[in-house]
Amino acid sequence: MVRDRTLEEEYRIWEEERYGRDRSASFTTLSDHAVKPLYSPLDTSPESFPLDIGWPAEFPYTRGIYGNMYRGRLWTMRQFAGFGTARDTNRRFHYLLQHGVTGLSVAFDNPTLMGIDSDDPRSVGEVGRTGVAIDSLADMEVLFDGIPLDQVSTSMTINAPAAVVLAMYVAVGEKQGVAPEELTGTLQNDILKEYIAQKEWIYPPAAGVKLIVDTVEYTIEHMPKYNPISISGYHIREAGSTAVQELAFTIADGMTYVEACLARGLDVDSFAPRLSFFWNSHIDFFEEIAKFRAARRIWARLMRDKYGAGNPKSWLMRFHTQTAGVSLTAQQPENNIVRTALEALAAVLGGTQSLHTNSMDEVLALPTEKAVEIALRTQQILAHETGVVNTVDPLGGSYFVEALTDDMERGALDYFKRIDELGGVLPGIDAGFFQRELGDAAFHYQRQLERREKIVVGVNEFVTSAPSDIPVLKIDPEVERSQIAGLTELRTRRDDEHVSAALARLQSAAERGDNVMPFVLDAVRAYATVGETSETMKRALGAYREPAFV
Amino acid sequence: MTEGRVRVLMAKAGLDGHDRGVKVVARALRDAGFEVIYTGLHQTPEQVVNAAVQEDVDAIGLSLLSGAHMTLFPRILSLLAEQDATDIRVFGGGTIPDDDVQSLKALGVAEIFTPGASTVDIVEWVRTHVGESAVSGR
Amino acid sequence: MDNSGIDGRVATLTERLLRGDRRAAGRLISTIEDDSASVEQIMRAVYPHTGQAYVVGLTGPPGAGKSTVVDELIRVLRESELRVGVVAVDPNSPFTGGAILGDRIRMMRHAADPGVFIRSMGARGHLGGLAVAAFNTALLLDAMGMDIILVESVGVGQSELEITGAADTTVVVIPPGMGDGVQAIKAGIMEIADVFVVNKADHPQAERTVADIRELLRMDPSPPDWLPPIVRTVATQNQGVDELWRVVQRHRQYLEQSGELRRRRKRRVEREIVGIAEVRLRAQVLNPKLATTEFETMIDQAAERKIDPYQVVERVVPRSSDAGR
Repeated sequence: MVRDRTLEEEYRIWEEERYGRDRSASFTTLSDHAVKPLYSPLDTSPESFPLDIGWPAEFPYTRGIYGNMYRGRLWTMRQFAGFGTARDTNRRFHYLLQHGVTGLSVAFDNPTLMGIDSDDPRSVGEVGRTGVAIDSLADMEVLFDGIPLDQVSTSMTINAPAAVVLAMYVAVGEKQGVAPEELTGTLQNDILKEYIAQKEWIYPPAAGVKLIVDTVEYTIEHMPKYNPISISGYHIREAGSTAVQELAFTIADGMTYVEACLARGLDVDSFAPRLSFFWNSHIDFFEEIAKFRAARRIWARLMRDKYGAGNPKSWLMRFHTQTAGVSLTAQQPENNIVRTALEALAAVLGGTQSLHTNSMDEVLALPTEKAVEIALRTQQILAHETGVVNTVDPLGGSYFVEALTDDMERGALDYFKRIDELGGVLPGIDAGFFQRELGDAAFHYQRQLERREKIVVGVNEFVTSAPSDIPVLKIDPEVERSQIAGLTELRTRRDDEHVSAALARLQSAAERGDNVMPFVLDAVRAYATVGETSETMKRALGAYREPAFV
Repeated sequence: MTEGRVRVLMAKAGLDGHDRGVKVVARALRDAGFEVIYTGLHQTPEQVVNAAVQEDVDAIGLSLLSGAHMTLFPRILSLLAEQDATDIRVFGGGTIPDDDVQSLKALGVAEIFTPGASTVDIVEWVRTHVGESAVSGR
Repeated sequence: MDNSGIDGRVATLTERLLRGDRRAAGRLISTIEDDSASVEQIMRAVYPHTGQAYVVGLTGPPGAGKSTVVDELIRVLRESELRVGVVAVDPNSPFTGGAILGDRIRMMRHAADPGVFIRSMGARGHLGGLAVAAFNTALLLDAMGMDIILVESVGVGQSELEITGAADTTVVVIPPGMGDGVQAIKAGIMEIADVFVVNKADHPQAERTVADIRELLRMDPSPPDWLPPIVRTVATQNQGVDELWRVVQRHRQYLEQSGELRRRRKRRVEREIVGIAEVRLRAQVLNPKLATTEFETMIDQAAERKIDPYQVVERVVPRSSDAGR
């Protein structure tokens, strides 16, 4: 059929003749990105298929990193868990494994995340509250009791004291008779997003990055199956960023790690295949899918063209996804099951490699066992009932999704330019650039909620006054007492001279600028605590203090 | 618009680093005409109360998403009492279950805002419960 | 309110302040900020107990890291067991409406130290002006027994210079890489700076900034007895601030030995007296006349060019008979 009108003319006529009156003045994504009434071939270029979309498992990997995606292997269902003592969390791990999770993920409590011991006065009231309390190797031994580390891969959400916790993991393996070479799993170990968003830090940023390179170097040599960094946008998003900011800031952090590893003299193809990412899946369905697809494409282009990686494995962005905690509401909490299901679906359609689904009660406290089970069942329903896994990248070629993917990429590239002008991520943190961008975005969204430009069911629309009566998990204050008692007992039991000697060697290594990993391992094996080890390194590396950006 | 120079100290006590909420509320209070002193992350109750006394604030707004609320709020209230400063009102926000909210109010926390609370409501609460009443009570 | 009698509440608070009571100090600072009627009573009660503390002013453009320098200075001073008062002024907060004062975030590690008292001050209120409020706050901290008072103010404009200019030693903190900026802030700054700090001295442009400042100092046609030293600090890494304190002490020694400290303080008291007198004159003489309908009419007439402004002034404040001779 020969057209007698151009597409543009057809679109204009369609708009005049077929398009009705909108019920709202503007339609935007959750991140306030304008969405057009209709997408068509006008929104993509003829070259977009070969250049930007392409085939799964082929550059630039927009459609996925594996050729047959979930037809080959489902994503890893990995539920983040941790509370109370190591014993409590160990029990939850066994429960999760019995119910079909395929990977463990450890949440640590705030004192552990800050590198502070449970008996430190600053830890009062926080021990075991939002994660498991780990003070020393003794706790890690209990945490993984009965869990064979050569068979179960474990992700650990730890950053400032990541080197210490990694060393403990290696030491637990040793006790189980599992060599470091056999250990699988992922360390979050992404300190830059801590300064930007999550704010659990110990050392100044440059020292934090140096420690990360130490762990990368160590794993290259000793732990070939282990992913030493999970570059995380999740927390940036939770702290209030838009989708594009999450994408841009996280990949900028990734580039900073790549450059730091290169500066250490590491070959890009030796470490790049082990870098992994961690994204948030928020409630705006298509925006999130576009974000995941754009992320893969941006990373592939950067790794191949900017950093000259030759191994195609270095170009692949593998990622874990967690549904958005911040999208959950305390009001009508059962609705959170629905939100989480939709967010999980977006992650699957975006091609995630592993997924955590939040439990409906997490906005109130740590999840109960029942709530965790529903969250896990949500993933199993997606995988086994909905059929969305039957074909690769089912949304590829959608005019809307491809256009939004392009927008995401463009938005990220614009931010890269601004970050470059600031001198990079570290100067950007010093200048408060990221912190202010997040603060502005969070405040803007809050205002939109209050003007009811954005609707959240149960919060600013469809509100009911009925109190929720879902059960809430309470942490017994006894946890803190027993954790401290255990730590006190450990301090009397261990060989203090051995500990001090190991810590002294660690401090000199840190002062010399050596790779600290072997020294941390020695300290950990001697049962030096997380607090003692972090305090020792702080003497060499300095302490970070928060700049004043509101 | 003037609020008779009502000063509010916004604080994060304990070790949790979630400062999205506290910063949004600080900005909303500023825009409503209050003088906000923000003390940053990871503060001990001693630091918070000493800062409140030195700054002579009318209220302390405490943000907690760490689950440590049943420890940190009571500690702050008792330190205020020690410093002869019980007229400084304490309010808070965070992931705090309903029955804990009731216990905290019984202990003397003036108000607790849970997730989903609007800054309009928070500003209005500060205006009615901290503004005039505190000034005339001096 | 009856101003003739002694306000019991203020009197009690003042007594408590002189005993070092921190709650009373916090309260009284608010009182002098908010309530101009009580200022005289408070300041008269504390005045005999002041003059003991040494006042260091710190100013500089935003982003220079002043609060971090102050935080480190507090550490250095506390190691010498000196009691430290801090007035952190943010003159850039809006005059109307609210403000977020965040300078003390940097200093929170000292918040629970009984030898440290930190007070933030925004721009709103302060009928007598922000500089006066900051200065009076410093006097209250002096009276409560602080040995050293650090007055920090953001920016390099006129009001900031007034705030820190009342100090015994004024430290100007400059971030690296200001380039032409150093030139731009020359006016006013060069006159008040006793010590320069180039903070973030590990920055690649730091040495250039040091050289720029040195150049400006050299261009000053009449080199004074005290050539302002330039101290390099990396306050976030605890570097250089001990040296800064040694330089400030050297400056103090110079001021004391040369008699300049006495002259500076005398000039400060003079400015204070003139300031108080001006406020009173205005209140007693000028304000009542400005509030009259007659004055309004004269403004109209002057606006219509029927009379000139000098004639208006002559009617409002007549020249004394012997003036102009």
